[in-house]
Amino acid sequence: MKINIFLIITVFTLLLYACNNQQKIDSKEINIANSTTPNNSIPLTVKMVYIPGGEYKPFYGSDSTLVKVPAFLLDERAVTNQEFLAFIKLNPAWRKSVIKRIYADTSYLNNWVNDTTLPKDAKLDAPITNISWFAAKAFAKSIGKRLPTLDEWEYVAMADKTTANARSKPTYSNEILDLYLQKNRQYNAVKQSAPNYWGVYNMFDLIWEWTDDFNSVLTTGDSRSGQYDDKNLFCAASATSATDIMNYAAFMRFALRGSVKANFAIANLGFRCAKDTLILNK
Amino acid sequence: MKYFFYCLISVVLFSACKENKKQTVQLPSDSIFYLTSQWKNQNGDSLQLKALQGKTLAVVMIYTTCKAACPILVSKMKSIEAKIDKKNIKDVSLVLVSIDPTTDTPEKLKEFSITNKMNDPQWVFLTSNDAATQEFANVLSMKYKKISPLDFSHSNIISVFNPLGELVSQEEGTIDVDKVVNTINETVKKNK
Repeated sequence: MKINIFLIITVFTLLLYACNNQQKIDSKEINIANSTTPNNSIPLTVKMVYIPGGEYKPFYGSDSTLVKVPAFLLDERAVTNQEFLAFIKLNPAWRKSVIKRIYADTSYLNNWVNDTTLPKDAKLDAPITNISWFAAKAFAKSIGKRLPTLDEWEYVAMADKTTANARSKPTYSNEILDLYLQKNRQYNAVKQSAPNYWGVYNMFDLIWEWTDDFNSVLTTGDSRSGQYDDKNLFCAASATSATDIMNYAAFMRFALRGSVKANFAIANLGFRCAKDTLILNK
Repeated sequence: MKYFFYCLISVVLFSACKENKKQTVQLPSDSIFYLTSQWKNQNGDSLQLKALQGKTLAVVMIYTTCKAACPILVSKMKSIEAKIDKKNIKDVSLVLVSIDPTTDTPEKLKEFSITNKMNDPQWVFLTSNDAATQEFANVLSMKYKKISPLDFSHSNIISVFNPLGELVSQEEGTIDVDKVVNTINETVKKNK
């Protein structure tokens, strides 16, 4: 008799435990999808550069209106393999074997040997690529940063080595285009070339970079339809005009942004982080 | 009597467990129900997208102060709703997601739904914050840009999702209502 009661109680307890356990796993599963634990374990050696606010004329937008860019901080270089590996180790939900397709397509980290091993021969200080916009955002968030906006990125991209706005220099666009033409440049280490006017490295010579609002480029109704319904950009009328020689390189960047989706992972597309700043004038 | 009581409790617990399992049907890897962002509907209820799980969804992103394309999109959604097989309507949610969360409060959306006679239970209006909106727009591969405090330019897309949150099809530009309706009816049928 007593044994029976004991049995029932045991079963009862087991069931309860099983139930609880089940719930625990569920909530874990739900939470990890987008969770990133704030931490300081990612080796953060990157310097952030103060970019004072200003106005600039976007390559693409409401024609002649100037866009205001408030002051902000920008990483001096792109996020590296080493840093992203540290992020992956701390945030298992972003490993390539478990990542949800809604956050990253099948190319995500597809060159990595396994979940936590970088590609063979990959340099630790080469920029991370093959990551989606979601992954880039999660990385930035995990260290209290964010992705730069498209305007912020383009604002810094106006600089050459000596001036903040080099758009009118005839050599400028050509130099960028030469850099864009080099193959496999994404495997090189960061900070090997000279910084620009602001002290920011590798804006053009290693990778393409995600921006926070890359999807604000309304070049087409939908990139898959192949209907270019914005003649302003795709006729490239302004790209050939001598008034803004920088346009062709910018045109290439905008064409890329208009054609990618947030879960795409591409071999030469990486990112750097930015941050708000309260300092308005330095 | 005592044993009976224990047994009863065990059974109750057991069924509780089962129900729990049922809710955690393995979602496909590309399901929108993995998104963890918080939204509010037109009644002011807080929810995550997974609250919409179990029904075929027709989703569009709009903003209520829009004077150009959105009224057309809204009227397309209404004609889609009118053309769905009557027996299927209980398995369908027509979801309008705001791209202007600052202006489109739940109250605003409620008002909009009443003005436009979209207050049956199959109509769901959602609003959140800028980050969640941006994320969701990216999931729909929808482009949008704020061009002034009250105006956005954006692509016109109506997306159909199955009850597990997988994208079935997207219609964009000049939307073919009948095509969307067919997709919805078929998706409902397939998932019964």
